[in-house]
Amino acid sequence: MTTIDTTPAAAYRVSHLDAIEAESIFVMREVVAELERPVLLFSGGKDSIVMLRLAQKAFAPARIPFPVLHVDTGHNFDEVLDYRDQRVAELGLQLVVASVPEALEAGLVRESADGTRNRIQTPVLLAAVEKYRFDALFGGARRDEEKARAKERMFSFRDDFGQWDPKNQRPELWSLYNGRHHPGESIRVFPLSNWTELDVWHYIAQERLSLPSIYYAHERTVIERDGMLYAVNEFIAPRGSEEPFKARVRYRTVGDASCTAAVLSEADTVDLVIEEVAATRITERGATRGDDRVSETAMEDRKREGYF
Amino acid sequence: MGTTGVAVVEGAASEGRAMDLLRFTTAGSVDDGKSTLIGRLLYDTKSLFTDQLAAVEAASAAKGDEYTNLALLTDGLRAEREQGITIDVAYRYFATPRRKFIVADTPGHIQYTRNMVTGASTADLALILVDARKGLVEQSRRHAFLCSLLRVPHLVLCVNKMDLVDWSQKAFERISDEFTAFAAKLEVPDLAVVPVSALHGDNIVARSEHTPWYEGPALLHHLERVHIASDRNLVDVRFPVQYVIRPQSTTITDYRGYAGQVASGVLKPGDEVVVLPSGLTSQIAGIETADGPVAEAYPPMSVTVRLTDEIDVSRGDLICRPNNGPAVAQGIEAMICWMDEATPLRPGATYAIKHTTRTARAVIRELHYRLDVNSLHRDEAATELGLNEIGRVRMRTTVPLLADEYRRNRTTGGFILIDETTNRTIAAGMIVDTN
Repeated sequence: MTTIDTTPAAAYRVSHLDAIEAESIFVMREVVAELERPVLLFSGGKDSIVMLRLAQKAFAPARIPFPVLHVDTGHNFDEVLDYRDQRVAELGLQLVVASVPEALEAGLVRESADGTRNRIQTPVLLAAVEKYRFDALFGGARRDEEKARAKERMFSFRDDFGQWDPKNQRPELWSLYNGRHHPGESIRVFPLSNWTELDVWHYIAQERLSLPSIYYAHERTVIERDGMLYAVNEFIAPRGSEEPFKARVRYRTVGDASCTAAVLSEADTVDLVIEEVAATRITERGATRGDDRVSETAMEDRKREGYF
Repeated sequence: MGTTGVAVVEGAASEGRAMDLLRFTTAGSVDDGKSTLIGRLLYDTKSLFTDQLAAVEAASAAKGDEYTNLALLTDGLRAEREQGITIDVAYRYFATPRRKFIVADTPGHIQYTRNMVTGASTADLALILVDARKGLVEQSRRHAFLCSLLRVPHLVLCVNKMDLVDWSQKAFERISDEFTAFAAKLEVPDLAVVPVSALHGDNIVARSEHTPWYEGPALLHHLERVHIASDRNLVDVRFPVQYVIRPQSTTITDYRGYAGQVASGVLKPGDEVVVLPSGLTSQIAGIETADGPVAEAYPPMSVTVRLTDEIDVSRGDLICRPNNGPAVAQGIEAMICWMDEATPLRPGATYAIKHTTRTARAVIRELHYRLDVNSLHRDEAATELGLNEIGRVRMRTTVPLLADEYRRNRTTGGFILIDETTNRTIAAGMIVDTN
């Protein structure tokens, strides 16, 4: 005989996706209620697209009560920049651009030897934070992405150099977040901490969110480097024996075009991407981000300097 | 999806959305195998990715370990890898076709007790690991006590390293009995005991052939099925107002909504409500989300409530039902877990207090006692609480708190103290009583 759960609780079921959505909305509202000048880091990538959706939901029917900030490395995918501008216009948001090319020109940062700009984003970000006096920076980082991120709090305190000290984090109890800070210091806030890559895709499907086209399978000319597929473009040229070839690929993350790789894929719809992500045996960053392969603690080391 | 529970990676797009969520934490002494157990759960549920595994294998080999050290999966910080210990909480995620899991992997060292408290504060369930060779040690008792203090509703005692005691039923039962006797002194509403070998994967996702005398389920099977829906309080309406939504818009005029997350109870349009601390009454005009109005709201939904009357409501206030409200009190009796390295808690000191969405200041009037978490002995002569110490205090706050006993409501019963000079979170508090 099957027994039926007749407890009142059964009627008040909350799915996992609803639970993490409710948590993220709570976190966004806490920040807006308690901090002075929040800003949302918006790259045009899937995580920040989900973040914008959550921000819309948190404050509806009012508009999103903070601007968005794009750290522009100058190494962007065109599709992503187009998407960024379109989304910002639709939502009536204020867009602040922190430009790496301008910082290079002004001598604030120097190009690294390998030409990637991931590391030199950090001083450019910190300069923008100082200029606009942002005290809370929403980021779409998730703890499932990387082992150093798995250690980070939802509200992550940064000193006046933007530095993270993993051994000296504020205890984070219940949903009582501590956003107090002195002038110059700031809080990085990660509402998607408890989301996984698959959760993000389920949410994109549920909310019918549009994404830059590079997230779906398309044909591109690529080269294979360090076991990863890089698109041949103005930032990446074949070296030595690397032979460009055409392949059906998609991107799992959207980062700096000089160090973000594509994966072979036939998934050209949300549902197909979800199936693919559910079955994959390689992490998002492991498959696509050259910058994490520098050392065992590459992410921790960058975060200590003020990276997201 | 049989009882062996070998996880199939979730399939079609729609399935993955409907599952429920279990948050659990791990506890136990150093080297009892917490990180290994989590590594094993991730590995056997195919939640471990090949590049992560390759990185761990390479790191293990470089250190000269004889087998792949799965603990390196969760010990991700430079300092943790250098010392081979867990310093801070790491959160991990995995799923089976039945449930999604968020795991807080917490440190066992006594100097990181505060991180264990952090992990337990949001947990539905705690896994307490004990080494079958050593039996209950101080840390096992301490962690069981902390879990009961933080009202983690479900406990699972994992008697680990059973392979090293030749799968002895006697050894298992001795530890099981000893723990059950200790737990009887605490408030542990639900306890399961499982003999396991985290290293070899026995009784983790599938029943082990080494323990024919054990009749219970494998650990994962229990995690997938433990009934948590009733852990929520659906009776006492508590809606702390988080943020007032008032669009400055030419198209939406006169809109005033109270945004927040339902802490407990069920709210419906038409309900009579009281706003605290003012005591003004009104009626729920509507409950809204960005996706439209809803017929009811219950924990943990984040919604926006509108009232029929134009009354003064702001952040920090609380909406509840008439004749079923929390205490409105400036005098609070609480258990405190002290978390600051630099200074101890001392009677007479004033701190910032954050309780639900309300922030105030609190002065510690009296330290009643410091609790020895191993013997549960109360030291009434204590004059301060140092790092990781727990005691009972009487406090007075600058504004009234809208407070329930923590044992009745984890959201309206818990608070943190913040040092107003350093801005650090220095204590976790659980309300015992108001006066």
